[in-house]
Amino acid sequence: MATSVQRATQLTIAELKGKVDPDWCPGCGDFGVLAALQKALVELKIPTHNVVTISGIGCSSNLPGYVNTYGMHTLHGRALAVATGLKLANHELTVLVTGGDGDGFGIGGNHFIHSMRRNVDLLYIVMDNQIYGLTTGQTSPTSRVGMKTKSMPFGNIEAPVNPISLALAAGATFVARGYSGEQKHLTELIKQGIEHPGFSFLDVFSPCVTYNHDNTYQWYRPRVKKLEDDSAYDPADWTAAMEKSLLWGDEIFIGKFFERTDVPTLHGAEPVLNEGPLVHRDPRVPPDVARSFIEELM
Amino acid sequence: MKQTFAIGIGGAAGQGVATPGDIFAKIFSRRGLHLNAYNAYQSIIRGGHTLLTIRTGTEKVTNMGDRIDLLIPLNQDTMDRHLQLLTAGAACIYNADTIKPGPAADGVQLCPLPVSELADITRNKVAQNTLAIGAGLHMLGIGFQALEDVLREQFKKKGEAVVAENVEVARAGYDYAAAHFTDFPNPVPKTENRYAILSGNIAMAMGGAAAGVKFYCAYPMSPSTGVLHWMAAHARKAGIMVRQVEDEIGVINMAIGAAHAGVRAMCATSGGGFALMSEGLGMSAMIETPVVVINCQRAGPSTGVPTKTEQGDLWQMLGAAFGDYPRVIAAPQDIGDCFKLIPEIFNLADRFQCPGLVLCDLLLSEGRLSVHPKDLDFSPPIDRGELITKTNGASSADAANEGYKRYKITDSGISPRAVPGVLGHIHTVATDEHMEDGVLISDEFTNPVKRRAMMEKRMRKVAGIEAAVPPPALLGPRDADVTLIGWGSTKGVIEEACEILNEQGISANQLPIRWLVPLHGEDIIEILRDSRLTVIVENNYSGQFARYLRSETSFVPNGHIRKYDGEPFMPHHIVEAAKEQLAGNTKLSVPMHEIMV
Repeated sequence: MATSVQRATQLTIAELKGKVDPDWCPGCGDFGVLAALQKALVELKIPTHNVVTISGIGCSSNLPGYVNTYGMHTLHGRALAVATGLKLANHELTVLVTGGDGDGFGIGGNHFIHSMRRNVDLLYIVMDNQIYGLTTGQTSPTSRVGMKTKSMPFGNIEAPVNPISLALAAGATFVARGYSGEQKHLTELIKQGIEHPGFSFLDVFSPCVTYNHDNTYQWYRPRVKKLEDDSAYDPADWTAAMEKSLLWGDEIFIGKFFERTDVPTLHGAEPVLNEGPLVHRDPRVPPDVARSFIEELM
Repeated sequence: MKQTFAIGIGGAAGQGVATPGDIFAKIFSRRGLHLNAYNAYQSIIRGGHTLLTIRTGTEKVTNMGDRIDLLIPLNQDTMDRHLQLLTAGAACIYNADTIKPGPAADGVQLCPLPVSELADITRNKVAQNTLAIGAGLHMLGIGFQALEDVLREQFKKKGEAVVAENVEVARAGYDYAAAHFTDFPNPVPKTENRYAILSGNIAMAMGGAAAGVKFYCAYPMSPSTGVLHWMAAHARKAGIMVRQVEDEIGVINMAIGAAHAGVRAMCATSGGGFALMSEGLGMSAMIETPVVVINCQRAGPSTGVPTKTEQGDLWQMLGAAFGDYPRVIAAPQDIGDCFKLIPEIFNLADRFQCPGLVLCDLLLSEGRLSVHPKDLDFSPPIDRGELITKTNGASSADAANEGYKRYKITDSGISPRAVPGVLGHIHTVATDEHMEDGVLISDEFTNPVKRRAMMEKRMRKVAGIEAAVPPPALLGPRDADVTLIGWGSTKGVIEEACEILNEQGISANQLPIRWLVPLHGEDIIEILRDSRLTVIVENNYSGQFARYLRSETSFVPNGHIRKYDGEPFMPHHIVEAAKEQLAGNTKLSVPMHEIMV
């Protein structure tokens, strides 16, 4: 999401540290996502007071408290709706939305789809661990068929959501997948997602070391392959992106699946915002306009 | 008794009931008359039965009244339903080619129009409507020019030929009435006043614009959709961002997001949508970001009767969201008040950083009323409370960050609120319980002392809210045989019922409630201390306000008048019930709605 914000002259990782340390389990994939996010913000030098990090509820949704930007720790599944309203009221802010797979694809699924078709200008990072962690290990919308959890002790019988295909189908203008174990690659994707004008979706494999014993670091490491390593892959090709998104097996692709920049952002498409952010406007309706509103009724 | 005149126009949806209604409304308002319009309809786009009642007079008309003076049935069904309800002095104009009158009371004038003789019905499908308007106008003693002017405006876009044809048809009806029908004894008067005619939904939308709303979002739901329509149509002129959202959960969260960025944000829905917003209201209270939510009540439960009115959502409103939290809840008392209330409730929501809830209903939302333009004040006081939108003295982010505490514990419970983008005030708000600086006290550690301190900080705002809102006041004589207590939209009809009772030698007064939270229970007890007979009037089954008043004050009234058939009270319902209760015949009256709509 590209905004016309000024850049800070310098920014350090230390300045981006939140008031408290993360309370995630040792080894949680979310540490890697937080680190990559902080690195990306440092490299982009966006002044911290112009960034708002918004989350829902869940382990990963605790992230706003761990990064020194403006933050909103909202309701389960609702972060994208809150973020949309905030972005439209002040489109000069850089808006980051973070959360988990249950938060985004389960309870928040409706907002996920509609935010993408609206092309709201923000970066949405899902820390996808294929399990519900904070509620102590139940099946999530991305849990694989057969996975045994406390809520499906005999194995999941429901097909999982494919977040990348879903995002492509819903009209997201930037669709990528990262892996918490690939820091440099992830940092680069976050930077690109922040800079992209429109809705940037970044699904990140972020292993849950406590409750998901299927999709571990050991499981991912041999499987993840970077799209960027294939020089023939063209992220402008939506059909190719859709085909790649369907691959799940010995090879699972990470990287930028798709990007297009020719779609207007939601705030860019609305002429009401031509005169600048709403938050800076005079709240009063001009007297002649007010008079015309009343005259219509007479 | 007030001199008023009421026209009832009925037909199937799609038969063009609205157009004659608009034409009469325009003619009355241009004669400087007040009016009140109520449309009884169903959730159907074509068919069903619709009855629009337009009541006019020189004084303020607060409700639909008890009688129809002129009935214009556009189909047989309307004739069959309503002719029998007309009383002496009334008239009925109808298409003699297609509609047969049934038995009518003595003194009711039947006015058959030979429509196919008077107009070319093969060309003009709504000729019967236009003829009836022309005929009615003559009987009301209004000159033809007034109608010609309105028709000219109405059909201007369709070209001169259409204008001329409609004027000609209307003229034929006008002349036919002159030759064949008896005029009403009192011609409709004329004054120099000029009023705006608007619905409660338009009033609330305009009230929002006047309050400085910059963000409005909604999911369509009857009877609240009119707010969205006005907002959408006027958004660009008023500088308001208007969004239609995927569901009401998205609506409330989007509105809170916009409000959190620092603008005034509003949304409207009905009971079903409000149910989905419940969790969001708790967030507004917990992160202390103000938002205004309008609930236009319709008859519930569940999908209920989408096109009918009720005051059945009071307890939903009182119980919305879990946990204890400060908020304000107000019920507008008429359509003018729908406008006035919005800036008031925004000021409270902003000052006390909490949700502001408006409990309207279909009767006001979709009814129409004449309002003096000076009562549509686009420069009301705007108080944003302790809002920090600019950096004060802080020179660098890290230096100033130390001092600011978003949830600073204060005597008033109000903590200065900085919006994102302000240097030196970075903080994270959380729906989890948190400390003064916003850090969670729910996950890694909990802390009973801090939790208690934060609950008390938020709830201290309640005292401030109580002080900022006036208690209710008695209307009418201090001492009365019967005191009628109502809330929100019933104010007008109870007022007229009191007038009728007083004329009949029974002294009656009214205690109308506008603010539901804060209620000012002790003041209410004080006001009612000397009342001889107290009766609570409300548009629901269980006496929701009576139960609320009892829960807050232990006050138990002498009786109740309730109605839950989907239709609003008419004055005689209340008058007759009050007399029944004064006679000691019952403590609970449920008036029958005689009109089948």
